[in-house]
Amino acid sequence: MPDSLPPILEAKGFAKTFGGRTVLREADMTIGPGEIRGLVGQNGSGKSTFIKILSGYHNPDPGAVLKIRGQPVNLPVPLDEPARLGISFVHQDLGLFEAGTVLENLLVGRYETRPGWRIPWRSEKQRTRQMLEPFGLNMDPATPLTQLSEVERAILAIARAMSGLDTEDGLLVLDEPTSRLPRNEVDTFFDAVRDVAARGTGVLFVSHRSEEVLALTDTITVLRDGRIVADHPTASFTEQTLVKAILGFSLQHLYPESHHTTQDVAMTVTDLSGPSVEGFSATVHRGEIIGLTGLLGMGHDMVPHLIFGSVPATGGRIELGDAVHSAHEISPRQAMDAGLALLPSNRLRQGGVAGATAGENITLPILPGFRVKGFLRRRREYGSAERLMDRFKVEPVDAGLPLGTFSGGNQQKSLIAKWFATQPRLLLLDEPTHGVDVGSKREIFKHLRDSAESGTGIVIASVEAEDLAQICDRVLIFRDGRVVSELAGSRLTAGRIRQQTLIGMPALKTAVQRSG
Amino acid sequence: MIDGRQSVWMERKEHMNSRLPVYLNRYALLLAWIAIIIIFGALEPELFLRPRNFLTIFSERSILLILTLGMLPGLAAGEYDLSTASTMGLSFVILGWLNIIHGWPVAPAILVALAAALVVGIVNAVVIVILKVPSIVATLGMATLLAGAALGINNLIVSGISESLVNVARTKLFGLQLVFFYALALTLILWYVFAYTPLGRYIYFVGAGRDVARLTGIRVDAIRAGTLIAGSVIAGLAGVLLAGRNGSVDPNFAPGLLLPAFAGAFLGSTTVTPGRFNAWGTFIAVYFLVTGINGLQLMKITGWVEQVFFGAALIIGVVFSHLAGRRRIAGV
Repeated sequence: MPDSLPPILEAKGFAKTFGGRTVLREADMTIGPGEIRGLVGQNGSGKSTFIKILSGYHNPDPGAVLKIRGQPVNLPVPLDEPARLGISFVHQDLGLFEAGTVLENLLVGRYETRPGWRIPWRSEKQRTRQMLEPFGLNMDPATPLTQLSEVERAILAIARAMSGLDTEDGLLVLDEPTSRLPRNEVDTFFDAVRDVAARGTGVLFVSHRSEEVLALTDTITVLRDGRIVADHPTASFTEQTLVKAILGFSLQHLYPESHHTTQDVAMTVTDLSGPSVEGFSATVHRGEIIGLTGLLGMGHDMVPHLIFGSVPATGGRIELGDAVHSAHEISPRQAMDAGLALLPSNRLRQGGVAGATAGENITLPILPGFRVKGFLRRRREYGSAERLMDRFKVEPVDAGLPLGTFSGGNQQKSLIAKWFATQPRLLLLDEPTHGVDVGSKREIFKHLRDSAESGTGIVIASVEAEDLAQICDRVLIFRDGRVVSELAGSRLTAGRIRQQTLIGMPALKTAVQRSG
Repeated sequence: MIDGRQSVWMERKEHMNSRLPVYLNRYALLLAWIAIIIIFGALEPELFLRPRNFLTIFSERSILLILTLGMLPGLAAGEYDLSTASTMGLSFVILGWLNIIHGWPVAPAILVALAAALVVGIVNAVVIVILKVPSIVATLGMATLLAGAALGINNLIVSGISESLVNVARTKLFGLQLVFFYALALTLILWYVFAYTPLGRYIYFVGAGRDVARLTGIRVDAIRAGTLIAGSVIAGLAGVLLAGRNGSVDPNFAPGLLLPAFAGAFLGSTTVTPGRFNAWGTFIAVYFLVTGINGLQLMKITGWVEQVFFGAALIIGVVFSHLAGRRRIAGV
């Protein structure tokens, strides 16, 4: 790009203080036309605050300067107006609505209207096709969103964000857009992002996954404790140096040492069937960590819910100790009584209540234990919650704060603490490290290992091949609701897990270019 | 070192400074109540400050507090019961009809009146929990149905409720009628349930995060049904006490209490524990509302003002309760 063009984004001195606590200090950032810049940092590093200043959600502390294409912008950025300034966002949840079609998702709020507020559907369909075409999405605009794969949804979200900009030399902010993408589709998504950048748009890519940031970006900004600690071309980083910059220390042991499993059986599942799972059988020993994986929708993530009874099974048997349960009869309550615990993947919908305090969330399964002479003792309850928070390194250790005020990693640690408090004999986890920073991830793994060491059986459903390869004793790979292979011992590597999940899958490009 | 010490000191100072606004926020409604007492006291000292007037506020209007408290568990569990006032009306009318017109002894008449309320609660629970109809729609239908049914049973104002029930409601203790103490007792019970029992916490989680509650082994459907049924039975009890308090039965009276009750519950959720339905907040809110109406009436501003006042209170209550809930999450 010629030097004469002003940068698309020039942010200087972004800072934010909440009630005396500085969460972001003096952060500068420049993004040129066609540049893809990565923004990384642990939860609570100030990343979200930076993005929220750009979106107008936060008003920065005085002294901040923002220029878009060389033009100064008054701060705070007017809410609802970043698109007019040339900044467009794709958030983690993508912001698509399930009940709509592709066309409706793309054009809602921006329909052309003819006299009488009539929407000319035929020409709008044509317009939709034109907007999707550059992204390689050749689908019928009337396709319901529910029929789209995860990567098609993510690309649709980008197409929508781009169509909201009047100009190609705007800024596209991607805030953790890959967190729900299956790994094999990430490359397709990245191609779409590179296409956008090739047309001169600046891209700010926020992600927890260091390998993705290294693969996609041109430059990387690292935030730690509210400060920018590194700002270099991507080529000058290796995975180790990047992780070190993010954490502030080098990470020799993200994964704890291996351990010994026992021969005592914690649970035997026979012929378990239900939505997207068929005839699953497995034995989990005490002290064993089993991983379940597969591409999205292959059924592995349904297994914990079927065992726990949170999604009704259609058949199968679950043996826990001496008790034999019919899988279709088991309820979460019975499962808990039998010593099971389930950490769902959806943190603030199924895991915990944002408006309730951390203490209330953590003690919920063991609440009757804090009742003395008919009265709940709040001090006792919060004391116990805070000891757990301390053990799981939740920051800050204050049981009286609403769960929603903690960062994602701290929420997750709190919710894992909630289930550890029940001292389960079998712990079921669905994507325990989704949207969790590296430091929290290490803490979570350490506790899972410790817990296994003390005799708990653990089942983890996840799409994170590296994590599974490191932490699990065995990994079962699912395809179309069935286990198609099992990896253990020296054969258990991230590469093999990825390879096994992909075998038999149609080529990626054809999946994306499926026309309607 | 200096840095660290300074920040600790600053945090402490901040902590102390931040406490006062928190308390002001939590007890703003209590202060508002005191403020309107002072204002009406200054404007209309003779009528408003008479002991008899406070007797009216704390006795006559205690029935409204009982009805409102009955709605709290349901609201906390996320269920809107728009039929409570009509349920109260049904029990009220049935009691008068049996006791006055048919000359039944009062005890069996009360039992039938309460049984009717129980049946309404069970029907609501079945339609909402088992048939999965949204509570606001199901109970809207039920409210209209019951209001009509009550008129069908007896559409006349009748008086002559048995002396024994009148005594249960009107006997004075410390200058106040017993109905006030029933309302106070119910406040204490609900306070205990919400603040000091696992059940209260479960009800809150069922309302705030139904899936979270279910996945933590809480019997979500049982709690939803239980709160709806309890609300109906308490409404029936309010109808019985109203008959005793008034000594007569007016079939058109009770349905009009729906809005004041909602206003009291939502306004109550902005205070004491902002963002959550709570017993003491409701207590303060209901008496705040009835004191306001009472003062306006004494100043001869009547008729339209009551609806405007309750309607505005409901809107303000909902807005502030919503804001308090959001502020908690945003952590500001």
